[in-house]
Amino acid sequence: MTSYGLKQRFSTVVVYVFLGVMAFLSIFPFLWMVIGATNTTSDIIKGKMSFGESLLLNVTTFLTQVDAPLVFWNSAKITIIATVLTLLISSLAGYGFEIFASRFREKLYTLMLLTLMIPFAALMIPLFMLMKQFGLINTHIAVVLPTVASAFIIFYFRQSTKAFPHELRDAARVDGLKEWQIFFLIYMPVMRSTYAAAFIIVFMTVWNSYLWPLIVLQSNDTKTITLVISSLGSAYYPDYGAVMIGTVLATIPTLFVFFAMQRQFVEGMLGSVK
Amino acid sequence: MSAISQRRMRPRFDVNGWLFVGPALALIATFMVFPILHSLWMSFQTGLGVRLSFGGMKNIYRLFNDPLFFTALTNTFIFFLVQVPIMLTLALITASLLNNPDIKFRGLLRTAIFLPCVTSLVAYSVLFKSMFVANGLVNTILINLGIVDVGIPWMTDPFWCRTMIIIAITWRWTGYNMIFYLAAMQNIDRSVYEAARIDGVPTWARFLHLTVPMLKPVILFTTVTSTIGTLQLFDEVATITGGGSAGGAAGPGNSALTLSLYIYNLTFKFAPNYGYAATVSYVIVFLVAVLSFLQFFAARERKA
Repeated sequence: MTSYGLKQRFSTVVVYVFLGVMAFLSIFPFLWMVIGATNTTSDIIKGKMSFGESLLLNVTTFLTQVDAPLVFWNSAKITIIATVLTLLISSLAGYGFEIFASRFREKLYTLMLLTLMIPFAALMIPLFMLMKQFGLINTHIAVVLPTVASAFIIFYFRQSTKAFPHELRDAARVDGLKEWQIFFLIYMPVMRSTYAAAFIIVFMTVWNSYLWPLIVLQSNDTKTITLVISSLGSAYYPDYGAVMIGTVLATIPTLFVFFAMQRQFVEGMLGSVK
Repeated sequence: MSAISQRRMRPRFDVNGWLFVGPALALIATFMVFPILHSLWMSFQTGLGVRLSFGGMKNIYRLFNDPLFFTALTNTFIFFLVQVPIMLTLALITASLLNNPDIKFRGLLRTAIFLPCVTSLVAYSVLFKSMFVANGLVNTILINLGIVDVGIPWMTDPFWCRTMIIIAITWRWTGYNMIFYLAAMQNIDRSVYEAARIDGVPTWARFLHLTVPMLKPVILFTTVTSTIGTLQLFDEVATITGGGSAGGAAGPGNSALTLSLYIYNLTFKFAPNYGYAATVSYVIVFLVAVLSFLQFFAARERKA
């Protein structure tokens, strides 16, 4: 019995050590980022793991190399517009697909879901040419437009609409509400948790997006924070002090959203897989 | 429910229906369907820039004689064959340990392990790059722990460069996959575990013979999504190696050149060769299609 108890205790220790190490390794780069923001580049590349006194210097360097307010505003603008448009257009479609029947409905829907399989690498060249033809290179519209057509978010909304109470619609109809009124006045408020989860998926995708903005945003005044970090960081001898300031700036909004809406965040990540 | 009330609740796809789904379908047609067909058409074109002419199978012929393409294909395969199993095993073990309600600080541990998911791919890549520099943090720690005598050449040796990228990707996505497993585990009846425990089935056997089979669908799902994700690997390799910028090779000996990075380089770095780049991109389309088909097939197999 004692040997069983010992073994049990030993395995409990192993479990905690394993989980502790996993948690520590997961958080460590965040710590490294914050500590790095206070150290000089030469200290960072020596692996100094204590807070330094160069925070102000790094911020100054970052601000002289980057028009930070503009870059941050570019990212914010793109993210807000893309998120609002995606949620609106995709929820309209998800709702529409579930509520309205037609001979073509399921065929169209399946066809639409097939586009989920298309890897972005196969789209980027024709999309780039298309945007060039529209004269949209170096505009934020070019970043937003392809994001708004999200088959995944439509799928997500259709799945969730299955739980939308039909009685509410019927009652609204009897009261003489038009279809669009039902959508905006009843569906949207009732489905707010679905919107919250979808908001997180889109927000994270757009705020963090890199490849497509890299292709269409070539002039400095249109660049986003992700693009700026990458161009500072992929230099042969990057100024890591300044880079750390950039990564902190880029991570704060997503961290904030994560801690403010943790439950919906996880829900959003899981999508409708459940 | 009678057919009549069914019809009443589900009005026909009239003007209203089209107004609801129309905008989304128009956008998808313009920015997904049209480009993918255009890209198929382009894959039969040769020439530089916009001066393209019909080349038939020339691009396919070039593909099979292009050593850089095979480097990119091999690298991409190495990344997913090595990284995906390591990450998913780690995620599965972590999830099954965290699923035990007796564990203290469960919520805190789960949040911590999930946290890497909030970082942008570019931001974490830069962070990892700064930790793995020649005389940097990781090498200092390894030397101080006595694991190595001299620093590991993370940035200059093909093997170690790939290893570093694999470590980085694993850091970013393990917690993400763990969440899927945890969610699926919540649907497993705990009494099954209790019964097995009372019968004296050891922990590892419970994990292998109870947890894993019951999670098969979600394991399959994460395998396919991770593989598709790895097939499109771009942000990390471009940022860590600087392989997307002018003059930069994708790691020592192009050891981190992935298919997506190669397509990007063919289009935007070298003299733009849209036709050939489209051909390479269809290799990814093909691989993703095969994988998705396998997933569908495996899922059906399960139901039968």
